[in-house]
Formats: sequence, structure tokens, C-alpha cells
Amino acid sequence: MTDLLEPRAIGQSLVRRDGEQKVRGTATYAFETPVEHPAYAHPVQATIARGRVTAMDTAAAQALDGVLAVLTPFTAERLASVEDAEYAVLQSPDVAFRGQLIGVVVAETSEVARQAADAIAVTYAEQPHDSELRTDRPDLYAPEQVNAGHPTDVVDGDVEAAMRSAEVTVDHTYQTQMLHNNPIEPHATVALWEPGADVPLTLWDSTQGVHPDRAAVSEVFGLDEEQVRVVCPYVGGGFGSKGNPHANVMLTTMAARALPGRPVKLALTRQQMFFLTGYRTPTIQRMQLAADHRGRLQAIAIDVVEQTSKVKEFAEQTGVPTRMMYASPNRRSTHRLAPLDVPIPSWMRAPGECPGMFGPEVALDELAVELGIDPVRLRIVNEPEVDPDTGKPWSSRHLVECLRDGAHRFDWDSRGPGRRREGDWFVGCGVASSVYPTMRQATSTATVRHSNGRYTVEIGAADLGTGAWTILPQIAADALDADVADVEVRIGDTRYPTASVAGGSSGTNTWGSAIVQAAREFRGKYGADPRDGDEASGDVDQASPNEDHAAYAFGAQFAEVRVHADTGEIRLPRLLGVFACGRIINPRTARSQLIGGMTMGMSMALHENSVFDTRIGQVANHDLAEYHISVNADVQQIEAHWLDEHDPYVNVMGAKGIGEIGITGTAAAVVNAVHHATGVRVRSLPVTLDKLLPGLP
Amino acid sequence: MDAEISLRVDGESHRLTVDTRTTLLDALRERLGNTSPKKGCDHGQCGACTVLLDGQRSLICLALAVAHDGAEITTADGLAPAGELHPVQQAFLEQDAFQCGYCTPGQVCSAVGVLDEVARGWPSHVTEDLTGDVELSDAEVSERMSGNLCRCAAYENITPAVQQAGAR
Ligand code: FES
Ligand code: FES
Repeated sequence: MTDLLEPRAIGQSLVRRDGEQKVRGTATYAFETPVEHPAYAHPVQATIARGRVTAMDTAAAQALDGVLAVLTPFTAERLASVEDAEYAVLQSPDVAFRGQLIGVVVAETSEVARQAADAIAVTYAEQPHDSELRTDRPDLYAPEQVNAGHPTDVVDGDVEAAMRSAEVTVDHTYQTQMLHNNPIEPHATVALWEPGADVPLTLWDSTQGVHPDRAAVSEVFGLDEEQVRVVCPYVGGGFGSKGNPHANVMLTTMAARALPGRPVKLALTRQQMFFLTGYRTPTIQRMQLAADHRGRLQAIAIDVVEQTSKVKEFAEQTGVPTRMMYASPNRRSTHRLAPLDVPIPSWMRAPGECPGMFGPEVALDELAVELGIDPVRLRIVNEPEVDPDTGKPWSSRHLVECLRDGAHRFDWDSRGPGRRREGDWFVGCGVASSVYPTMRQATSTATVRHSNGRYTVEIGAADLGTGAWTILPQIAADALDADVADVEVRIGDTRYPTASVAGGSSGTNTWGSAIVQAAREFRGKYGADPRDGDEASGDVDQASPNEDHAAYAFGAQFAEVRVHADTGEIRLPRLLGVFACGRIINPRTARSQLIGGMTMGMSMALHENSVFDTRIGQVANHDLAEYHISVNADVQQIEAHWLDEHDPYVNVMGAKGIGEIGITGTAAAVVNAVHHATGVRVRSLPVTLDKLLPGLP
Repeated sequence: MDAEISLRVDGESHRLTVDTRTTLLDALRERLGNTSPKKGCDHGQCGACTVLLDGQRSLICLALAVAHDGAEITTADGLAPAGELHPVQQAFLEQDAFQCGYCTPGQVCSAVGVLDEVARGWPSHVTEDLTGDVELSDAEVSERMSGNLCRCAAYENITPAVQQAGAR
């Protein structure tokens, strides 16, 4: 147990410190860094899904006025490390997926670079490719572990036996679609290579973590970390896709090394991002539930099939939330991967929990219907006293309170028996739970320096819209017992002390803990009346301050949908979430994050879908005209509330992460509402009108 | 092929030589160093590059610079003098109508355009009464702002921000 910081600045709805620059457009994102005399790079991508590049005729490209360099697998430098196949850019003529990088052109202008890239004639030895995710593939395999270090399979008791003897069972297969992160700022890098300088490589890169970015780049190029500087004060969204660098960062660095002294700029196009910057794998989830007549679960099982690329494994931990959400004596969760000739999947907002709270939360709704029990109540009767996965007590768990509070605010009890018709519209309501683990990374350091009554805090953290620029000063102010106006926090540069990636909703937890530690060291050394130049640092050196408790944030989401009786058009007039996510540092920015997550969840439920054409091995709708994300008119009323939760075990701020929980469970709540409105049960996302029309009365 | 053009951007005049393939967006960002308008898609699909072009909101990734010789452009940075904010910007700040901020200058310029269109009585797809004044209802604002994608999904706050600015 820790004594929580006395909140003074914490809890205030301060306006974003970076707000003025953002509403004017003067915040400089990576590509916008003012540099002297830049050159522009444009990538060349493979136009086959598998095989080998046999030749690249670059003569026409090289002959163009303004072309400075052309790199291909046949001419590019050999990298120091090719251990990570994603980063082994231009190291071999082999093509593992369509869209893979096979070259780059650098020119005086972006127009010439693009023209030259198009002018390169590539010949291939093409081989048949295989990019279809199916559950009957003979090559499905169990990875060694799944993302975030979870075991691949967990079996406890005998699910099959419980399924045979239970009073009620549910056994269905659910599918979530392929999704692309699509931050509005494209992945972009400016690289400057100055051989002979103390720090020969500088990258202004759009990244969720300057230090992890630097670590990856220095390893690939065989440099000491001290020889690389990564700068990123502002990130135009990432949602996981900028959590680790992708091949484009290595390609830009390579291009810069071919042109010493010249800053080289490369921004992927929106279309290129669909091949190169990660995505959420589609998942196929077989769910089994067994229950007694009161709804108490006797068994819960999830067997997940999903894809990875052959060239680099990523195993989404889709089955993991089923391990801890509800009490049940018999439990099973497994993951199997299909290795395909496809781009490399990666992190997207709440990997694991986001798809993994779809199947189970819809299956529970089906069970509630089967039993004639209120779905809110069904969740409450299955509330576990301790973490069913580890047997540990909860650091705090207020799911039941979220469900009750949400039901009250939403007026859930008036929802009626279903299939209610208002004019031309069927109206219905649905509910689902939300969850996200409370994580802290093992490495982060902060320094505090005093000058003239003001404090400067430095840490290489990132703000991708989360509010770190604003809330870290709030934490520092309370830890220093200073006025927040007297605290300046500097982030986004490897010149500042090491910070962990902004991922796993761990930023506030990790960086905040380091800042508090630094503040305590500072006060311990210099007291309340420091001199100018006094400086101290503090770090986080363990992942969790408390190994004895299971720490999660919980929530409940309620959706109202309207389905047009003739056209099947789906509208979402209301979405309401209540969350128990520890102490909220800044209600203004927190609300935005929760609402943003919920809206993205609604977007997943109704709009987003990367349609993969298995004949050619690529996403067919690879731009923002055809990959639909929710727009303003799709959003009518989205409310996020939170309970006043005090968790003394997670960290000294009492804060759990809030960046990802909002997207978990949303799609299930929408699907459950659609069923309540229409009687049609959609088990594969997104819910589109073609899936509803045949079943409408 | 190159061409010489002149542009007035945020009150300042520029003469520049551009590749005839250069978009107005790249001319501003890469040639004039004005990175207030953002590039999110380069295909007219996201709205991040919205500015006021000769007084109207416009996607300048879809405009060739050479076709706009003599144009008058206002970016989000040109809406108010340094140190001050336009009422739309102030409302965005107060309503927290953004997170990462990358779509924001486009949203702000779009909102300024919307308020002007509404003031002139231009109807939209959701306007019920085509003869009277247009009301700044939620539906009206959302409809008109839907060409500006926000992946951080600040929509719930953008609509009240536009209404707040419009009410002044
Ligand atoms: S960059 Fe112009 S609309 Fe997307
Ligand atoms: S604020 Fe991030 S895309 Fe709108």
C-alpha cells in the first residue's frame, strides 16, 4: 500500500498546455521540423505478394533532373542487425508480402522523388501466395506466448464436461475484422546523418516513444545509443501504430546515410500506411458458455484463431480478458495463429482487450436472452471475488458499481422487452463490460531542476493527444508541493532522461511515478528552499510496485441503436460509459480520451473494415475514402463518466490508465443493442445493413 | 515544368516558382514554411488541409498551386494575430475539441467556413426549412463538419465548440 499524493493540481480540469499551438497549427509534427535544404524521399513498394525481385532498372529514374539517390536491395548498405525481419529493409530481394519496401528514391522535391519512384522498372520471379485466414488451415500453430508476455493457452477444469451437463449453454463463433490504426498524421520521419559529429544521427520522427525508437534504430544501424538523437514533441495520433518504429523509419535513415549532411524527409502516403505500419489482425473467436438456471457460469471458453505475417510474428492476446473477467470453475483460453503472406500485424489501441471483449460480451448477451435474465444482472451474478486467473485479490474492482451507475444514468430499466418500433425505426439498447490492465513499465527516469522559484522537469515521454504535456506538470506540482504554474515539463527528446513507450495505457503510471520519485529525491536533498541549479532525478525500476494484487480498470458501456425498418440503416443515438479507472488527473483531458476510445469502438462496430482481397494479397479499400472511420455526423450523444475510485496499490497517484479502456466492450454493446432492437444477432463485425436486412421483420 | 505564381497567405504576399505538379498544400508547407494546414491523406478524404481559400473553406491538397495564382489564403494560424485566438479557436480550447491536434487547424478553418455559410443562410442536407434562417443545431453542425475526420474522435466536443463560437 502506498499513501496517495495529496491532490491539489491533480484533479483540476486544466486546459491543455499545448492547446494554443494546436488550434493555430503551429505545433511542429515530425515532417514539419524546420530544417535547412531538405531532400525528399519516396518509397518503392513490391507489387507482388510473394517471390523475389530479379532486377530493378533505375536508369530512367536516375536520369531525372533533381534525383539525388536511388537505393534498392542490390545497392543499399548492409545493416548491422537484421534480427528483426521488419527492419531488414532492402537487405534481400525476397518479397514476403505485397507492398513491402523494395527501394527508395531521394530527390530535390517530393514531386520528382515520386515521379522517379514510378519510373523504376521492376521485374519479379513471382510465387503463389497464401493470405486467407481460415480456421481449418492445417498450418495453424500455437505461438510460444502471446503479446504482452501472456501464456498462449490456459486451461483450468473441464469445459467440455461442464458444457455437457449444464442447464444452459452458448456455443457460437464470433469474428472481428481487420482494422488499421490510421492516425491522421501519417508516419513521417526527417533524418539527418552527419558523420563525424558527436551525435551523427538525428531523427525527427512521429513516435510514441523517442527512447524505444532510438534503441531500435541504433541496433539496426550498429550505432551506440548516444550516437542517435530522436526528437518528437508532438504526435498526430498513433493508437499503437507508432509504438515501435516500422520499416519506413529504417528506410528514411538509410536514405539519409546515403546523403550525408542533407536532411531527408519521408512521410508515408495514406495508402502506403495500409501495408507498412501495422494493423489489428482479424480474429475468429469460438465461445462456449455453460451456466445454471440462475446464470452462474459453470464454464467459459474462448478459442481464438487469428493471423500473423510469415516474416514476423505478432500474436494478439485476444483470449486474455476471458481469463479474468468472470467467475467460473471451468475455463479455457487458447490462441492459434495462421502464418500468412501478409503485412505485419501489430499494436492497435487495446490489443487483446479490444477484440477479446467482443466475443465474450456478445456471448453473455446471448446467454442472458436464453435465460431470460437481464444482461446487467447476468454480469453481476458472475462477479469474481478474486482474480480467477491468478487467484490474487483485486487492487480495486468496481465493475458492478459501473454497471449499476451506468444502468441508472442510462435509464436501462425502461428499455423494454425488445423489438420496439418507433415509426420507421426499431429501437433497442445493449450493454457490455470494459476492462484494461493497469500496467507500469520497468524503465523511466525523470529529473527535477530548480531555478528562481520555478521547476523544470525533464523526461523523454510522449503526448499523442493523451494530455501528457498538461497532466505531467499536475503530478509534478503535487509531488513537489509547488504551484502548477511554476512547473515546466519537457518531453519528447532523447536528450531528456529515458522514458518508456506511450503504450499499454502505462504513460501516466510510469512517467508519473518517475516524476514523483524525482520530486521526492529533490525535496529530500534540498528541502523546501532549494538554490538555483539544484537538481535531482528519480526512476521507476520495477514494472509494478505491487505484485500481490491484480490491477485493472473496469467499465460498463450502454448503447442505444435505431435500425431503419426498410433500409436497415443503423444509427447510434446514445452511447454511455461509466468507468472505474482510479484517480483522474485531469477531468477535461480524461473525458476526451474515454470518449475518443468509445467513439473508436463505435467506429469498429459500425464502420471500419479493412477488406482483404486474398487473390492479390492486399487491403482493397486502402484509403480514407473507402476505409470508413466514424465522422462527426455518426456521433450523436457520447457520455463518459467515472467513479471516484481510490486504489492504494497501483501507484502513488492512484491513477490507472485510461487511453484504451474506452474502446473495449463498445462493439459488443452495439451488437447487443442491435439484437435488442431487431432480433438479429450479428456475430461478425462490422454491423452493416446487409447483415440486418434479411432478418428484419 | 515550373511556373511563377503569387500567393497572399495570412496577410503576407509571396512570389514563388513552383513545379506545376505542386499542390497548394505543398506550396504552403514545403515552400513557404507554413505548416498550419496539415496533410492527412493528400486525396481530399480527411479535411486536415482545410484553409480559407478566397474566403471559402477548401481542401488545398486537391488544388494545384499553379491554378491559384493570386489567391488569398487564410490558414488557422492567420485567423488571429499572434498571442490572440479567434473565437473558434478559443472555443476549441475550452471544449477540449481535439487531442493530438493534427486534424485541428483543418477543423478550425472548416468551422469558420461553416459559421459563415450558416450566416448566409446556405442550407445543408439536414436543413429542414430551406427558406428561413439556418439554426446551429447539433445535426446541422455535425453534418457540415463531417468532411473533417478526427481519428482521436473529438467530435463530441467539436460540435459544442462550433456552437459556442457561433453564439458569440
Ligand atoms: S490532406 Fe487534404 S483532405 Fe486529407
Ligand atoms: S485531434 Fe487527433 S485527429 Fe483530431
